[in-house]
Amino acid sequence: MIEIKGLTKQFGKKPVVEDVTVTIEPGTITSFIGPNGAGKSTLLSMVSRLLEADTGEVLLDKNNVKKWKSSEFAKRVSILKQANFINVRLTVRELISFGRYPYSKGRLTAEDEKFVDQALDYMNLTSMQDKFLDELSGGQKQRAFIAMVIAQDTDYILLDEPLNNLDMKHSVQIMKILRKLVDELGKTVVIVLHDINFASVYSDRIVALKDGKLVKNGPTHEIINRDALRDIYDMDIPIQEQNGCRICVYFNSHA
Amino acid sequence: MRNSTKLIILAGIAIVCILLYGFYDIKGGFDYAFPRRMIRVSAMVVTGIAIAYSTVVFQTITRNRILTPSVMGLDSMYEVVQTLIYFFAGSMSVWVLNKYLNFGAAIFAMVLFALLLYRFLFRADKHPIYLLLLIGMIIGTLLGSLVTFLQVLIDPVEYLSLQNRLFASFTNVKAELLYIAIGILFLAFLYGYRIMGKLDVMSLGRENAINLGINYDRMVMKILVLSSVLIATSTALVGPITFFGLIVANLSYQFLATYKHSTLIFGASLMGIIALVGGQFLVEHIFELRTTLSVIINFIGGIYFIYLLLKESRAAG
Repeated sequence: MIEIKGLTKQFGKKPVVEDVTVTIEPGTITSFIGPNGAGKSTLLSMVSRLLEADTGEVLLDKNNVKKWKSSEFAKRVSILKQANFINVRLTVRELISFGRYPYSKGRLTAEDEKFVDQALDYMNLTSMQDKFLDELSGGQKQRAFIAMVIAQDTDYILLDEPLNNLDMKHSVQIMKILRKLVDELGKTVVIVLHDINFASVYSDRIVALKDGKLVKNGPTHEIINRDALRDIYDMDIPIQEQNGCRICVYFNSHA
Repeated sequence: MRNSTKLIILAGIAIVCILLYGFYDIKGGFDYAFPRRMIRVSAMVVTGIAIAYSTVVFQTITRNRILTPSVMGLDSMYEVVQTLIYFFAGSMSVWVLNKYLNFGAAIFAMVLFALLLYRFLFRADKHPIYLLLLIGMIIGTLLGSLVTFLQVLIDPVEYLSLQNRLFASFTNVKAELLYIAIGILFLAFLYGYRIMGKLDVMSLGRENAINLGINYDRMVMKILVLSSVLIATSTALVGPITFFGLIVANLSYQFLATYKHSTLIFGASLMGIIALVGGQFLVEHIFELRTTLSVIINFIGGIYFIYLLLKESRAAG
């Protein structure tokens, strides 16, 4: 279980995340939503040790994240940020093999190769595994990075806007894969999403931030309703049911 | 061609260069000339490896292919130390005559300078690489001007003696210092062997490296220390060859096209040996000592440096 307790982060004098307390339920997809600059990515970065919090703490299995050994933590929690610029030339397979580093320290065993094959298969990349990353489209590259995180085989997978740069087809594909990871393999996924409808359709729980503060936290059906959304986005958003999914039709609402 | 084949070919050329330098045209007493040549060759091998190794790891952690510790002003710092010693203590002082003391002082000052510089430049927030480059250049120029100022005030005879130290030279390397340098290089490799895999992961960038369980910020500091100790050692041993690391590191990226640091560092080291030993051979036997190796290397390296800058700016635009 990941517990976020009273986390605060300031950049300069401006608080970006302010006193946020959330518990991430195991075996769920939890979406972080909120307007631009709400502090979603910063919060995710602090949970995954990329950033140090000013005050507050993050606990993984009751132990402070700072006390975890880096290599052990990397077997439990993985993080993928949105901008992934790499200035070395790697093939898709080489990149995904890096996901096994916490286990193999660079010398892949047969078991590691199996995980790499599986990740390739999961992300539909087997046919292009020997291509270089710079030969891929933005969406294919994104899938390769997600495959690396899948090969890392952690209980918790944290993703920062993984649907950026992806078209509808690939966005849906990726969300379905995340769903599968949770439902079939029992993983826990925490994801920063911009498109509220993906959050509504695919996540179990939603954490909503605004101006660095936690405004809503609960099961998806409690958050995706007119009142709650007005609090989060300052917009009046009509919601329509479609095949059991709640779709927010925000395109022509009054801001 | 596979990378292992390429490395074997490089190793072959390096050995040929070493043999050629060792045995070609030995006049007057083999027993006299050969050991002297071997000391020079060893100095070149040590320097080649130290600079190649430190440049590759430095460029990995700073995530660029243009900056090297030398370009960032470490070489100028060497000149500052030597000039200050001559200015305040003079050529007859213990700081010059005791070669261990001089060697140690130079290394100490350069490592200290490097760490202060890095601490200031590579703090958590990212600066664009061109800003770093500019700052490095400006610091280099500042130190260079300081050196020139002091040199103008020095006694001309002292100045001549100082000048000898400021030009890279393999012909008057002190054997005793060479052993110390070999020792340092050996320790650096012992440590480096353990972090090769980590370096590969670190070339994926800070966030991916942390995700994969690397204690990134601490590793960066350790590697910066490692690379500045190596550069400082080689500079204190033979003098500054500013653009040398830049050439061998970039040639090895291009020639070997891999992310594996074990391969990159090995390749760059072999290229370093070939360039130094082969180059020195040409200088001694073809140019008949009418020029020095460091002049040639800085000439070619400077041109290559400009080429890289143009290429990067085109890629960025």
